[in-house]
Amino acid sequence: MKELVVISGKGGTGKTSVVASFASLAEKGVVVDCDVDAADLHLVLQPQIVRREDFTAGSKARIKPGHCTACGKCEELCRFDAVYFDGPGNGKVPKTFRVDTIACEGCGVCFDFCAEKAIDFEPAVCGQWFVSQTRCGPMVHARLGVAAENSGKLVTQLRRTAQEVAAQQKRELILCDGSPGIGCPVIASLTGASLALFVVEPTASGQHDFMRVAQLTMQLGVPGILAVNKADLNEEVTRKLEELARQRGISVVGRIPYDRAVTQAQIARKTVVEASDGPAAQAIRSLWAKTQERLHLSLPAAVGGLVQLAAQE
Amino acid sequence: MKIAIASGKGGTGKTTVATSLAWVAAADDRTVAYLDCDVEEPNGHLFLKPQILREEPINKPIPVVDQGRCTYCGLCSQACRYGAIACVGQQTLIFTELCHACGGCSLVCPENAIREVPKPIGHLRTGASGPVQFVEGVLNVGEAMSPPAIRAVKGAAPNVELTILDCPPGTSCPVIESVRGCDLLLLVTEPTPFGLHDLKLAVEMARALRLRFGVVVNRADVGDREVWDYCRRQRIAILAEIPDDRAVAEAYSRGEMAAESVPHVAERIRGLLETIQSGARV
Repeated sequence: MKELVVISGKGGTGKTSVVASFASLAEKGVVVDCDVDAADLHLVLQPQIVRREDFTAGSKARIKPGHCTACGKCEELCRFDAVYFDGPGNGKVPKTFRVDTIACEGCGVCFDFCAEKAIDFEPAVCGQWFVSQTRCGPMVHARLGVAAENSGKLVTQLRRTAQEVAAQQKRELILCDGSPGIGCPVIASLTGASLALFVVEPTASGQHDFMRVAQLTMQLGVPGILAVNKADLNEEVTRKLEELARQRGISVVGRIPYDRAVTQAQIARKTVVEASDGPAAQAIRSLWAKTQERLHLSLPAAVGGLVQLAAQE
Repeated sequence: MKIAIASGKGGTGKTTVATSLAWVAAADDRTVAYLDCDVEEPNGHLFLKPQILREEPINKPIPVVDQGRCTYCGLCSQACRYGAIACVGQQTLIFTELCHACGGCSLVCPENAIREVPKPIGHLRTGASGPVQFVEGVLNVGEAMSPPAIRAVKGAAPNVELTILDCPPGTSCPVIESVRGCDLLLLVTEPTPFGLHDLKLAVEMARALRLRFGVVVNRADVGDREVWDYCRRQRIAILAEIPDDRAVAEAYSRGEMAAESVPHVAERIRGLLETIQSGARV
């Protein structure tokens, strides 16, 4: 089983449009939306949910106002600025302490050291994840609660579920839509994957961010291939990107021209290759053919401990 | 006044708006600071081209065990909710990349065998771009956790009339850390299904944090009208619209600041600044 992760460093370079098109071109794939922070793939693939699970990770502290003596120990020990002295009074003290659950990182220090046992520390539901059916095959995706943490753990959960689905349905390829950046969810998406496809735009920012995420894939030992999106926006930067990629052992597998059909497809809730046969759609078809060649040469996806370790926040 | 610029979706124009806003406000004789809180992929420097005057490491305190004192009682690994410290036989192991630097392990250790030492996770760079004061954090590649670096950037903010915080994409911990405590949140979106969907998530976040916020629509003529319908239904103020223009995209590709290279963008950004300062109802 092979796992392809589409990644970019910078956001908004066209990762999701490429993944959606690949999903409709792949015959035996499972698609995963690992961009749990701002998941958009479902808008195009319109999944029918067949399995729905709560995602629970970590706990959050909550002070019971009736038990708080306002000693201030929790505020003193909290490293995350999550304790405020503005809770309701309780007859013994006029004001109590309160935990801002959004700022709370779930370390449990306040809970462990509260002399009055006035703090609850309960597992928090941070979101939901789903296994769905789409016109392009099975899809694994999630909705992370607003302001929730543990996005890396959720990504790991999604990838593991996708591997199970792929094994059950005898599907050979997992297609992951990655998130921007180089932090926790990106590391969790890449660790143990077979191949990373960088979708980069030819801009100063695109180049800067590509260099950083390319360094990350190298550290993680994941081979990469590059496609430049909106390549005609700046030919000079496009050539530079391709040169920088080759210097790092990253093969250049395609250029996608700027094409309004990409936005039109999104509005029609279709993949680019379903909606159009224009320049971008043709470039994506050729990119898919080249990506498949590279996937044949890559290693199978790793499972288990490695992924889990990297994904914990 | 502290204005944070966020978006939900990546690539909608946060950095374009943030750098241009800083530049326009400074040209208007205000003292301005630009803070790049997108420490995973900081791009503001490409456009503001600041002169960096100071560079220092950003550290995270991580535990170190004095093996001479450690009795392998295991209390530290029980206390750690992140699995960052483990007692295995006659050894206490620390996984620094999992550590959240909460200090719990050193507090619970009955032998005082754990002390915290600083571990560099990135760099803090401060300087100036003409009249704009500049601060950015750069997270080391391979570091998973950006919030401590974002805290360092915010901690280095100079005392000025207008502080612009350029935030990372998404709606989870790095964004929350960046926007916390701002006076106004600008959500930059584009009028496409993806832009709108992620705008809704960002609005939910802003409401959960009880922040004042308004919307900036970038590439205003590329997609459909759903963003406007949504904002009207939700009574969300659209504070500026920036039209789609290949000249803007090309200037951006070369690392030029939109407000400097494209006059009509400067005009829109000036309008945005005036709207904000007139205390628009948001």
